[in-house]
Amino acid sequence: METIFVSLGAGLLQAFEPLNLFMIFAGCLAGLFVGCMPGLGSVNGVAILLPVTFLVPPTTAIIFLAALYYGAMYGGAISSITLGIPGASTAVATVFDGRPMAQQGKADKALMAAAIASFIGGTVSIILFTLFAPPLAAFALKFGPQEEFALMLLAFATFIGLGGDDIPKTIFSILLGLVLAAVGFDIISGRPRLIFFDMVEFQRGIGFLVLAIGVYGIGEMLWTLETTKGTVKMHRVNLGWARMKENFGEVKQYINSTWLGSVLGFFVGTLPAAGATPAALMSYGLSKTFSKDPDSFGKGNISGVAAPEAANNAASTGSMLPMITLGIPGSPTTAILLGGMIIWGLRPGPLLFTESPDFVWGLIGSMYVANLVTVLLNLALIPVFIRVLAMPFTMLTPIIFVLCVLGVFATTDRMFDTWLMLIIGLLAYMLRKLNYPVAPAVLAIVLGPLAERSLRQSLISSRGDVMTFIERPISLVCILFAVALISYPLISKFMKKKRAGETSVDPAA
Amino acid sequence: MSILKTMMTSAAVLAVTAPAAFAEWQPRKPVEFIIMAGTGGGADQIARLLQGLIEKKDLSPRPFIPINKPGGSGAEALRYLQDKAGDNHVVMMTLNSFYTTPIIQEDLGVDVTEFTPIGLMAMDTFLLWVNSDRDDINDLDSYVEAVKSAGLDWKVGGTGSGQEDSVLTAMMEAAFEYDVTYIPFPGGGTVAKNLVGNQIDSTVNNPAEQMEFWRAGNSKPLVQFTAERMPAFPDVPTAKELGVDIEYYMQRSVNGPPNMDPEAVEFYTNLFQELFDSEEWQGFCESDGLTCDTMMKGEELAQFHATQKVAHEKLIAQVGAASITGE
Repeated sequence: METIFVSLGAGLLQAFEPLNLFMIFAGCLAGLFVGCMPGLGSVNGVAILLPVTFLVPPTTAIIFLAALYYGAMYGGAISSITLGIPGASTAVATVFDGRPMAQQGKADKALMAAAIASFIGGTVSIILFTLFAPPLAAFALKFGPQEEFALMLLAFATFIGLGGDDIPKTIFSILLGLVLAAVGFDIISGRPRLIFFDMVEFQRGIGFLVLAIGVYGIGEMLWTLETTKGTVKMHRVNLGWARMKENFGEVKQYINSTWLGSVLGFFVGTLPAAGATPAALMSYGLSKTFSKDPDSFGKGNISGVAAPEAANNAASTGSMLPMITLGIPGSPTTAILLGGMIIWGLRPGPLLFTESPDFVWGLIGSMYVANLVTVLLNLALIPVFIRVLAMPFTMLTPIIFVLCVLGVFATTDRMFDTWLMLIIGLLAYMLRKLNYPVAPAVLAIVLGPLAERSLRQSLISSRGDVMTFIERPISLVCILFAVALISYPLISKFMKKKRAGETSVDPAA
Repeated sequence: MSILKTMMTSAAVLAVTAPAAFAEWQPRKPVEFIIMAGTGGGADQIARLLQGLIEKKDLSPRPFIPINKPGGSGAEALRYLQDKAGDNHVVMMTLNSFYTTPIIQEDLGVDVTEFTPIGLMAMDTFLLWVNSDRDDINDLDSYVEAVKSAGLDWKVGGTGSGQEDSVLTAMMEAAFEYDVTYIPFPGGGTVAKNLVGNQIDSTVNNPAEQMEFWRAGNSKPLVQFTAERMPAFPDVPTAKELGVDIEYYMQRSVNGPPNMDPEAVEFYTNLFQELFDSEEWQGFCESDGLTCDTMMKGEELAQFHATQKVAHEKLIAQVGAASITGE
């Protein structure tokens, strides 16, 4: 334990060297902007900025890239809240409550909650990382396909309660997402499947971004336009000291969700298969399930912003662990970090901690500092970001449409995907009108492929025996939790109904 | 601030390279560097190293963006490249599934001999690995014995049905007359992790994928499938020494889509030649047991692809496509 503190001290000293400190600052700032632009994902951002890193020593270079990655994770929340378009899959859950808050004129509160929750998530995660990295790396190895599948099942379970009261509609929505996720090449045999109308373009599958931008950028926007007839103004917020102070006072409203998201996010992040997106979605689902007022989620509950943001930042730190100790990057962005390490002759693997302690601890130290820098930058820039919302809704809407088209085309470079996004948007609008929740479908397209792969791997290795999920202890625990989570909302609803029924007849139930 | 800095750097780069590039073709937008396998595997590590070197040595006025397309044992990537016919801003890092996947999936509609060959960066090798906890397995004989007694409970991890490791696994099944259960994972790195975590029993990883785990004492190589022992593994016997006639290599070449402009082909060929000759690349080849003597390119590489394609067709006919896809 003592050696950890000595090493960490050395790492922090390294992070405070003027050049490193400057690069952390530059990285966080660039990351913020990269993250908040839909379409300009952090992958492109990191790849384009890679040359900058050749001007500085290797450790500084990795620190810069890590800060960039980190900043982008915060940045994703900004477009989710202000524009209602998730810039990256990790920020999808932030849209659920972030957008309604912005429409109620509480964008500043949502952004502040996102920044503070991200800070807490990142800090909790880096502390856990510092103290428990080696045992956790060993734990991650215990995760085989069976455990991964059980974890995915748990993620789905947290979402059963998400769709509101209508459980059959929620399940329909999840199934729809799973069908869309299955389009493309079969994961195991590699053959094309579910190719609609035999169009070869479908062989590449339906990208997550195409779906998410379609659903939120187009579908939800049309719905808002229709329900409000364009009269909503994204209220101008006067962000003075008094308002800031008031916002700080609200931290205790969402602190529980933040703690939950932080710890959950870190653990899910350290598992090589999972990453920040499932972490954010699970954190959102759990916060809602355990909330005293679950019905307000999806309508602008501040905890619904804090929970996923804490989790995705915690997970992005957590996912550094499999990258450093196993050489398996959890996301395309960490893959570029990995590439950087290889160029500088740093081979990630079990020996990196002992062979290049300066590098590893320098990186860890810089994450503490990057966290602090990003939260400060973020708080300082909130007034700039909410300026966007000062525009009349009638002007903002066309801009959002243009951004949607641009964002999809810029990422996939195909007009086919752009049309697909528009069609999905219209479908999502119709589903919304028919009162189907769309969030579960988005969740399913993210988690579907992960769940399918691990399910089929498990069944191949057990030669078709489903008992394999119950025989393995970690997997069993996850499955029991999942069952408990699925039944919890049902039971609590039943209990409520019963209690209500005893006193009076409740027609709403 | 840093965005400004990048703009200044890239402006400076442009200013320096502009006169030399006069009248020559150069990329006008970022180049997609497709990897037909998942993250953390051999192809991925190589592509990312090359991408970094391109930036470091300022070989291209526009960045190369690595994109992993591992779907369907490389089918996704092959189809993608086919659809990009005539596009001068996409190149692909390939492996042997470049040959095997179109053979196994006839309906894919891809003929790799139509692609534009750019350069063969290296020939990679294969070793048979088990977890070092397996005290009962120390050589090929004890391995075969263990597999035979486990039967279908023996789990071999790989990167996908039709990928080169599944071909090699099928070759071993034929040679030793046993059957195993083959489990596909999304990349060589994930396979390595699952071996170390004892989720699978054995694998035929490339050296780069297991190197760090081997050095840490987590896994051990039993046999190498090369003509001679590699300098990096002097104590590991080759299959041929043990009387088993299996020798198998992996090509690691860069190719473009069909109908690329000749000027663009020239640009990429020169660029990869420069990378090939670099100290960094040669050093990587040495430490990872890759063979990198001369870079095959142009017509010679096209010939190589044609021969390899025929060789793989024969190989697959021999072991049977069914034993590779597990159907």
